Amino acid sequence: MTTDPMAEIRTSFFAECDELLESLQDALNLMDEGEHDSETINVVFRAVHSIKGGAGAFGLDALVSFAHQYETVMDEVRSGRLVPDASAIKLFFRAADMLQDIVRTTRDEQHPPPGIEDMLALLKALLHEDAQELDEPVAFTPLGLSLEFDLGAPAIDVAPAEIDDDFGWTITFTPNAGLYASGNEALLILRSLSNLGHCVIRCLVPEDLPPPDESNAETPLLSWRIILEEDVPESDIRQVFDFVNDVCQLQISPRKVIDDLAPTRPERISPTAEAALPPVGSTSAKKPAGDDACPISSAASKVSLVPHPRPARPVDTNAHEPATMVRVDMEKIDRLVNLIGELVINQAMLAQSVETAGMSQQSDIMAGLESFMTLTRDIKESVMTIRAQPVKSLFQRMARIVREASASVEKEVRLKSVGEYTEVDKTVIERLADPLTQMIRNAVDHGLERPDVRRAASKPPEGQITLSASHRAGRVLIEIEDDGAGIDRPKVRDIAIQKRLIAPDASLTDAEIDQLLFLPGFSTATEVSALSGRGVGMDVVKAAITSLGGRITTTSVPGQGTKFSISLPLTLAVLDGMVVQAAGQTLVVPLSAIIETAKLEEQNIHRLSASGMMMRFRQELVPLFDLGQKLGFRDMRDIAAAGIVLLTVQEDGRRAALIVDAIMEQRQVVIKGLGQTCGHIPGVAAATILGDGQIALILDPGDLVWGGASSPHFDTKAG
Amino acid sequence: MADNQLHASEDETELLSFRVGTQEYCVEIMLVREIRGWTRATPLPHSPPHVKGVINLRGIVLPVIDLSARLGMDPIEGVDRNVIVVVSVGEITAGLLVDAVSDILTVSEKDMQPAPEIAAGRSGRYIRALIVTDEKLIRVLDLKTILPGENQDAA
Repeated sequence: MTTDPMAEIRTSFFAECDELLESLQDALNLMDEGEHDSETINVVFRAVHSIKGGAGAFGLDALVSFAHQYETVMDEVRSGRLVPDASAIKLFFRAADMLQDIVRTTRDEQHPPPGIEDMLALLKALLHEDAQELDEPVAFTPLGLSLEFDLGAPAIDVAPAEIDDDFGWTITFTPNAGLYASGNEALLILRSLSNLGHCVIRCLVPEDLPPPDESNAETPLLSWRIILEEDVPESDIRQVFDFVNDVCQLQISPRKVIDDLAPTRPERISPTAEAALPPVGSTSAKKPAGDDACPISSAASKVSLVPHPRPARPVDTNAHEPATMVRVDMEKIDRLVNLIGELVINQAMLAQSVETAGMSQQSDIMAGLESFMTLTRDIKESVMTIRAQPVKSLFQRMARIVREASASVEKEVRLKSVGEYTEVDKTVIERLADPLTQMIRNAVDHGLERPDVRRAASKPPEGQITLSASHRAGRVLIEIEDDGAGIDRPKVRDIAIQKRLIAPDASLTDAEIDQLLFLPGFSTATEVSALSGRGVGMDVVKAAITSLGGRITTTSVPGQGTKFSISLPLTLAVLDGMVVQAAGQTLVVPLSAIIETAKLEEQNIHRLSASGMMMRFRQELVPLFDLGQKLGFRDMRDIAAAGIVLLTVQEDGRRAALIVDAIMEQRQVVIKGLGQTCGHIPGVAAATILGDGQIALILDPGDLVWGGASSPHFDTKAG
Repeated sequence: MADNQLHASEDETELLSFRVGTQEYCVEIMLVREIRGWTRATPLPHSPPHVKGVINLRGIVLPVIDLSARLGMDPIEGVDRNVIVVVSVGEITAGLLVDAVSDILTVSEKDMQPAPEIAAGRSGRYIRALIVTDEKLIRVLDLKTILPGENQDAA
């Protein structure tokens, strides 16, 4: 086996780990909500177990040993000997976080995270003394028989064969060398299998079973024949064997067929390889070309009657995934998105030229063009949904932030997530993680009160943070709501005055005071904690949201809580823009940057100097610029002649008025990067192609007016 | 152009020659991606005078450089008979606005003479070699110095 397929398998193992960790979180959440049915616990168990198994196959010892202890505890829970209380479930969450960390560090080949030993000790402490051993009498288990049975017996019925109907599956499971060495355990696999339904399991024992000693402790000698009396999909069975696929031989056949060929009466079962692998299995097994994934060790070949390791791996490792899922390189999708952008532009150009050619509205060409337009729009939308992902993974990360943050400030916090299957563009999700983390930390640290304060206010001591996502009017709405004390507006005001952010006599509305939170270097926590620092963040949060084309608003009711609402575009590939003209050039101004448009009137203009102008806009003076001149497209001119101003706003609330010659239309434009050849052009964010095939520049008004100082960063002086 | 000329032998290079003002220039044909007619470029704010702007090349935002202005001559106004030669050097793709495309030349390395020191004037640094054919002097451009990029001068 070359290194390349190995790396590929490794990558897919870590991708699977992510999925398993996700299902682990889900199940723990259910347990936390009081769900203690066996299926939920099994999900936790299976997730941990699968990670352990896979990690074993790659020799990732740190992961195996941690997962093993976790699994041991979960097995206790599963068997009902350990009934987890709230604190135990909390520990399971933390252990899941730790597991995630170990997976991550292992993947990135970094040092394992600190604290593994402590966590292991905590997990161990949960176990009863007599339960430290992972041994458990189970009706079907062949363990405990291995030393006592008659070695001459060809096969042993562990459970009576209750074959009374003919549906279900017959499974032959023969571990190869390496199965035990890689941290797998046949017993656990058989147990998982029995979760699918009633199993009749018989152990096939070779005739010349050597006496056990240390040298052959990891050599598989036994194989099993399982009759699963349950009509489950084959993929479910495959899933159980997922992590041992390459270190065992597996035959799965529907009961009916196998019964004909190999009757299940024990005396007819020969322990030889031929019988253990009935011909029906071998014909159905699709042997992947060149797949010699089961090298046999010298020890195994010496002692075992285990059939020669024919790579009987009928399916590849991804077979358990639903056939409808495909992992695709993000780059390919991006290329597709680009092409669709082309198509949209091309179609607009075609429509324009048909119109110019003077075609009648009733002509076939116009009708055809109409349906072409509909199709183009449909294609565009479905391609955009490919890039979309549920926000679930993001929300789970936030759940972890809540756990860690609440532990460090000693507050009881419960996170409720709503609408976690809402789909958002992948890039948006990635870039939302940091601002959302900051906001969640703020909510825990600043938003919620201490338990004693909450009790005094006759609220439950446990604070609640609700994280919700939903689609609204073509945008994504993400809300972070806490049931804390609300924004302490008099205090915010005092601090703002103290920090000279506002004049002492300024009269501000509640909404305006809330906006002060987003000013750089603002801090309201009287107790500065390591967690959310010194109020660093809300300005950076706002900048990050704005850079995604989003807006953030605040609502707060004293004593009842605070809600931050983030509204985001569904995708970053298109943008709502206002197409304007200035100095003969067509330009696009992002709609998210425009507050309003107005007519420029002479009496509102205040000239400060030769070049500096202000404009009065509802009792407020904002700097006024001529867009064409600011871009260097024309010289100074008498601006009174010009017509329309756009009032633009920065993420930090700074405003500026831009004079344009005309407003053409409002439309969605496909964003095109300017590429490295052009370098950074002040005031220009990107470009787009309009319906006439011409390129129009997309402006960044903040950058245009304030240059490099436009993106606010935390100012250490102000802290 | 005869067929046998298109098949350059090992030491031969094919060059695309074009006219800028009254002078002939050329670039290796392998660096040329396509030739297209003049379309109005969208000007970029605060760009040096030789950067004509950007055009839409089938969905790609392509910067166009006025070769005449780049070489220190009068800028090309941009009329229908002007031509944009799209060239790629490494990661960078750009259009060169020239007056007209002239010919495809097949020359061997020995026909290329190093640019004399005396030519190292204002535009001399953009010239890699000289070719003399039919009493015409054709300058071989060094595209790396022409295109914007890492070694961009403060024009």
